[in-house]
Amino acid sequence: MIAALFTHRQYLRSELLRTLRNRRLFIFSLIFPLVLFYVIAGPNRHDHSLAHTGIPATLYFMVSISSFGTMTAMLSAGARIAAERSTGWNRQLRISPLTARDYFRAKIVTAYLVAIASILLLYGAGISLGVSLSIGRSAGMFVHVLIGLVPLAALGVLLGHLMPYDSTGPVIGGTTALLALLSGTWFPIPDHGFVHDLALQLPPYYLVQAGRIGTGAQAWGAHGWVILGAWTAVLTLLARRAYLRDTGRPR
Amino acid sequence: MSRPTVHLQGLVKRYGAIEAVRGIDVDIAAGETVALLGPNGAGKSTTIDIALGLLAPDAGTAALFGGPPTGAVADGRVGAMLQTGGLIPDLTVRELVATMASLYPRALDVDEVLGIAGIADIGRQRTQKLSGGQTQRVRFAVALVGDPDLLVLDEPTVAMDVEGRRSFWSTMRGIAGRGKTILFATHYLEEADDYADRVVLMAHGRIVADGPPGEIKALVGTRTIRATLPHADLDALAALPGVTAADRRGEAVVLACSDSDATIRALLAAAPEARDIEISGAGLEDAFVALTA
Repeated sequence: MIAALFTHRQYLRSELLRTLRNRRLFIFSLIFPLVLFYVIAGPNRHDHSLAHTGIPATLYFMVSISSFGTMTAMLSAGARIAAERSTGWNRQLRISPLTARDYFRAKIVTAYLVAIASILLLYGAGISLGVSLSIGRSAGMFVHVLIGLVPLAALGVLLGHLMPYDSTGPVIGGTTALLALLSGTWFPIPDHGFVHDLALQLPPYYLVQAGRIGTGAQAWGAHGWVILGAWTAVLTLLARRAYLRDTGRPR
Repeated sequence: MSRPTVHLQGLVKRYGAIEAVRGIDVDIAAGETVALLGPNGAGKSTTIDIALGLLAPDAGTAALFGGPPTGAVADGRVGAMLQTGGLIPDLTVRELVATMASLYPRALDVDEVLGIAGIADIGRQRTQKLSGGQTQRVRFAVALVGDPDLLVLDEPTVAMDVEGRRSFWSTMRGIAGRGKTILFATHYLEEADDYADRVVLMAHGRIVADGPPGEIKALVGTRTIRATLPHADLDALAALPGVTAADRRGEAVVLACSDSDATIRALLAAAPEARDIEISGAGLEDAFVALTA
């Protein structure tokens, strides 16, 4: 169990409990993507190569819309951090034996579990519209998406230390909407031109590309790994700086 | 004194051009209950934040139990109730206190703590549905549940009504009786007077007095004399026997006295036209005014 990795298991349990009880998060990370999937993929279910990508529409949207749900889940960790900063609860935790490492781990593990729930729901919805994948391909997609979410976890923590709590809704909603548009969530990114060139430099594009595994192709090549690695490094560094500045510690 | 529980030496903290704390030196021994008393802006919260390791001082050192504050915090030896702070939502009161208890190596029984804090009856309520006073009590339970050796409370009764305040402090008396070291900040003079063994009076980022509540009163005058005396010469009044400070309020003068008997005799001899004379026992309020003027 993941919980066994933690010094403070009950803290993680409470974080999960709080997440399950947070109705808004539930709706935006889990229900909303599911509805979008049926609305968008339903009418296109017989399109076997969406916009000449070679990927069936149902498979494409199953993965692309799950990327929307998982991004929301990851960035919501930031909203939770911002909320705890705004009430001063983070200061209360800092005078307890909970380490900063365990605090962030609990936030990120919680975000990942919501993301995983979102993926599984979307995969189930995909199957209901006729997506048929081997266990191996499904697992490959799943793992690639989890890796693709790492930079977004760092972005969530960063935003959590930069945003005032009252702006978390618009910031997270706006960021997710923009990233979704640039990653091909609603429609495949054209295979050349400015939007294409820009999209290829951003991590969420690769979340959507994980869908290629479903057709037997590779999700992304070396460029994808470099982009994901670079964004993870930069965002982690910025998140760390924001955290240190927020807690008034020398850098 | 053997190794103090709290050791603050030469603390300085600036926020831009403002010096919030300008050289604080305090040692607190194990088992003491110390009040940090002063008006808003005196530097109490900044001092407490530094002592807890939440804030790095620009100069000076803070130590708890002979080591860095963060070490004592990591060992679970410190419990604190900060001045500002809400609770996290979507947990019940009991779940929240139990979660915090789980972080400490030697936590107390959660139900016992809910009882001590007077919130056993709201254990099943969600934290976002509490009154201000209830929230304070939950925060108090959170500070207490780790069974810390040092309890730090920054303006703990600020959201409580008079009755709540009284019962809070009677609870605190019981806890102090268990040998805990307690440091609390307050701007309620009666609280410092009634519940502390020792009062550290702060103003403008400095300590202006440090001693037992009785000694502080003696230091600055235990009584005040107020009299209507137009065109009085303040310097002459201040020089009267037993006067520690003289002040004018319109046509009246107010004398802070260390020996009001001597002062009243001298005042009537020097200024027989003085009328409407009132002599009143001074609390820390007057000590405070005299010392920080």
